[in-house]
Amino acid sequence: MRIVNTTQVPRSLLHYTLKVAMIGCLIFSGCQSKNEPQEKKTKVVTIQVKGSDTLVNVAQAWAEEYKKIAPSVDVEVSGGGSGVGIAALVKGTIDIATASRNMRPEEVEAAKRNTGKDAKEFTLGYDGLAIYVHKDNPMKEISMDQLAAVFTEDGTFTKWSQLGVTIPNVDDDAIVRVSRQSSSGTYEFFREHVLNKKDFKLGSRDMNGSKEVVELISNTKTAIGYSGMGYATPAVKMLHISPKTGEPAVPPTIENTITQKYPLARSLHLYTLGQSQGAVQQFIDWILSAAGQNILKENGYVPVQSTGN
Amino acid sequence: MPMTNNLDPAQRFTKTEFVVRKERIQSITKVLFAVMAISMIIPLLLIIGYLFYHALPSLSWEFLVEVPKKGMRDGGIWPAFVGTLYLVVISLAIAAPVGVFAAVYLNEYAKDNWFNRIIHLAVINLAGVPSIVHALFGLGAFVYAAEFGYSILSAALTLAIMTLPVIIASTREALASVPMPFREACWNVGASRWQTIRAVVVPNSISGILTGIILQVSRAAGETAPVMFTGAVFYKAVERGELFPYQLNEQCMALSMHLYTVATQVPNVKESIPYATAVVLLCSVLLVNAGAIALRVWLRNHKKW
Amino acid sequence: MNDMSESDRLPTLPKRSVVSMAGEKLLEFIIRLSGISAIVFVLAIFFFIFREAAPIFFSENFNLVKFLFNAEWYPTSVTNVRYGTLALTVGSISVTLLAMSIAVPFGLGSAVYISEFCSPRLKEALKIIIELLAAIPSVVWGFIGLTVMSRTIISLTGAPVGVNLLNGGLILALMSVPIIVSIAEDALKAVPDSYREAALALGATNWQVVYRVLLPSAKNGLLAAVLLGIGRSVGETMAVLMATGHAVQIPHGLLDSVRTLTANIAAELGEASASSDHYHVLFLTGVLLFILTFAVNLTADFVIRGIRRK
Repeated sequence: MRIVNTTQVPRSLLHYTLKVAMIGCLIFSGCQSKNEPQEKKTKVVTIQVKGSDTLVNVAQAWAEEYKKIAPSVDVEVSGGGSGVGIAALVKGTIDIATASRNMRPEEVEAAKRNTGKDAKEFTLGYDGLAIYVHKDNPMKEISMDQLAAVFTEDGTFTKWSQLGVTIPNVDDDAIVRVSRQSSSGTYEFFREHVLNKKDFKLGSRDMNGSKEVVELISNTKTAIGYSGMGYATPAVKMLHISPKTGEPAVPPTIENTITQKYPLARSLHLYTLGQSQGAVQQFIDWILSAAGQNILKENGYVPVQSTGN
Repeated sequence: MPMTNNLDPAQRFTKTEFVVRKERIQSITKVLFAVMAISMIIPLLLIIGYLFYHALPSLSWEFLVEVPKKGMRDGGIWPAFVGTLYLVVISLAIAAPVGVFAAVYLNEYAKDNWFNRIIHLAVINLAGVPSIVHALFGLGAFVYAAEFGYSILSAALTLAIMTLPVIIASTREALASVPMPFREACWNVGASRWQTIRAVVVPNSISGILTGIILQVSRAAGETAPVMFTGAVFYKAVERGELFPYQLNEQCMALSMHLYTVATQVPNVKESIPYATAVVLLCSVLLVNAGAIALRVWLRNHKKW
Repeated sequence: MNDMSESDRLPTLPKRSVVSMAGEKLLEFIIRLSGISAIVFVLAIFFFIFREAAPIFFSENFNLVKFLFNAEWYPTSVTNVRYGTLALTVGSISVTLLAMSIAVPFGLGSAVYISEFCSPRLKEALKIIIELLAAIPSVVWGFIGLTVMSRTIISLTGAPVGVNLLNGGLILALMSVPIIVSIAEDALKAVPDSYREAALALGATNWQVVYRVLLPSAKNGLLAAVLLGIGRSVGETMAVLMATGHAVQIPHGLLDSVRTLTANIAAELGEASASSDHYHVLFLTGVLLFILTFAVNLTADFVIRGIRRK
């Protein structure tokens, strides 16, 4: 009987792999117990920013730009929603929470209880929540009551004809409602201000990102949805909104948002725990400076101060 | 069919109606099945072609090593690419030894009893658990219970457990293909069980084991849901082409997650960027898989028994 | 034995040092430990997701019957919180059914073609392609659904929204075909060649062999293939998240958008703050999914083992 082995090469390969794997394991378990391999890059500071999906793109742009100004600061940006950002801040696991709604009293209290610090609020800008329709939709304005009748659980409007609109070249004029997934700050804001805290009608397409909302509407002639005004594209149209049927409609513009004439204007916030220091405070100062505010403006939001046109 | 009698050949070989029908059905079914097989391949080619076509304006070396710019609307994917490498390498470092050892146990040590059948079932079920359930597990176990927080470590551990069955299954198959006489011969010269495994079984199945490990890499690189909730971030500032930007307790970007975010969250992104991201992800995974296939073919051609 | 290149490397038993023996014992211990790791992990998965889900049973807003059989899903409502997953379950089932009604015939057909009809070279090529098809990451499939498939569906059917049940079903079908093919092909391969030879000797055509001999004798393996395909598509997350349109409703037609159990978790988990009711409910859906896929996989395994015993 001849048993020929498959050469020496795989054998040494095997030994090598096995040894590397074992050493890897050992090193790894070592790291695991310490969980702080800080030998490398001790000077780098990491700032964790988490929260609103509305603000995630702006936060990303800030992080990108800030890296050029302060190379030793790494900024981590994650989305998830205003509620998540605030919840993480309350637990003390992140440095900055971004939010498109105000922190609730019970959340402030919980933060105090968990970390012993007060949450500090910074208003960093404003946003108008725009109501989007397809660009071929002849509709120009909509009232808050009509919006509520379209979106609320017991709302009666399910067809465009009920809104007095005929959309050219479509067979089925059922309204395709586009919404956001529950517990995004935008969803909550819309529920509070348009639906008067009632629930949404089920069956809306609940998108995960503000961009997806606009994208879907740009492909669907019979769609209507809401999203930050920074997300507008040429394929969609922003409706003017009147506070009540019959009253004059207000377009979502920067001025109308600042003056709060636009009914769906909201302010955007940053929250930190206590008086933040060092890198975090510098980052926030930079955000509120002209450079940071310009980035906000480029992303379609309204700066908190007039940054010299 | 050597038919050598003198009957009228025409009569003998004329097909009866039965045979004609039978053969017609045969050819119809053959075509039908061929169409079915082809209709699986056509979409693959069409889709890859479509993705490539749309990705073309962005595809370049620069796209790979550049960091995202202008609010992720421009630039490249370096931080995401390197983040995926981190996750893959670390999850591999955990899954490979455990998986290979588990397979060695199942194939070389385990007797056929109820306990080992349960292990077998556990492996099968581990492979069948939906990725989102792994994500829930990773979140509950590593992020919260073990207090690793949202970090590369949590994400890699989740991925490692998720991809473990891939390694176990293919290593086991490779070990099982080593003929029993090899082991018996080795035992007969007085080698212990482990010595036999080390000196005979594993060297003869190393290519198969490596194939499994490679497949694990491809699987880990493509997964999104498990890393989304355990350690992948939307964005992290990283230098262009920087090789070691992350630490174990930090979060990282991941290619699969990056594709999801640029496709669904980033407004007014250049059209070709999500496509190019998809192509890079797809190509890395397919290349790794092709590597595994090549290795297997090589192994088959070099098998000496 | 004379050709074994490492025979010189193997020390004879009496010469082995204590350290080497102890090392071997240690290694074997590690091997055994790794061996049971799979069980540990499965139990740990169940333990941890159940642990995170359990507090919901003590919440006043929660009712198990409503959880399973109510179609109203309002996890964050201010006025009236409702956790009904029926619409999500129906969503998961309908997408899976649609996917299977496409993938099963095509998957089994391709498996038969690959195993019985084509030349060895073509067979090799097809198997490689199927393996590559199986390797495409689900987020890429989701992206395809969101872009290519959605546009195609809108232009072909005139549907108002391209991300819907049909889209998700097609994507899932393409995703689960490879697993069905490879397992079905294994099952066909497991039928002894003597069966085929006997049938061929009687003058049967390939198709007759398949229909009269192979399908009956491989039916358990084929069933297992279908079951695993189902398991795969029930558990699929990213692709359905991006391709099904994500609307909580019981679908009335192929062009309605739906939301599945998996996509629901993926979309809302990042948003639910830890230790809220919403968070616990999502883990409970996870438990539901875990049990569901566990049952499917277990059945598939029993079915496969059924053949082996025969």
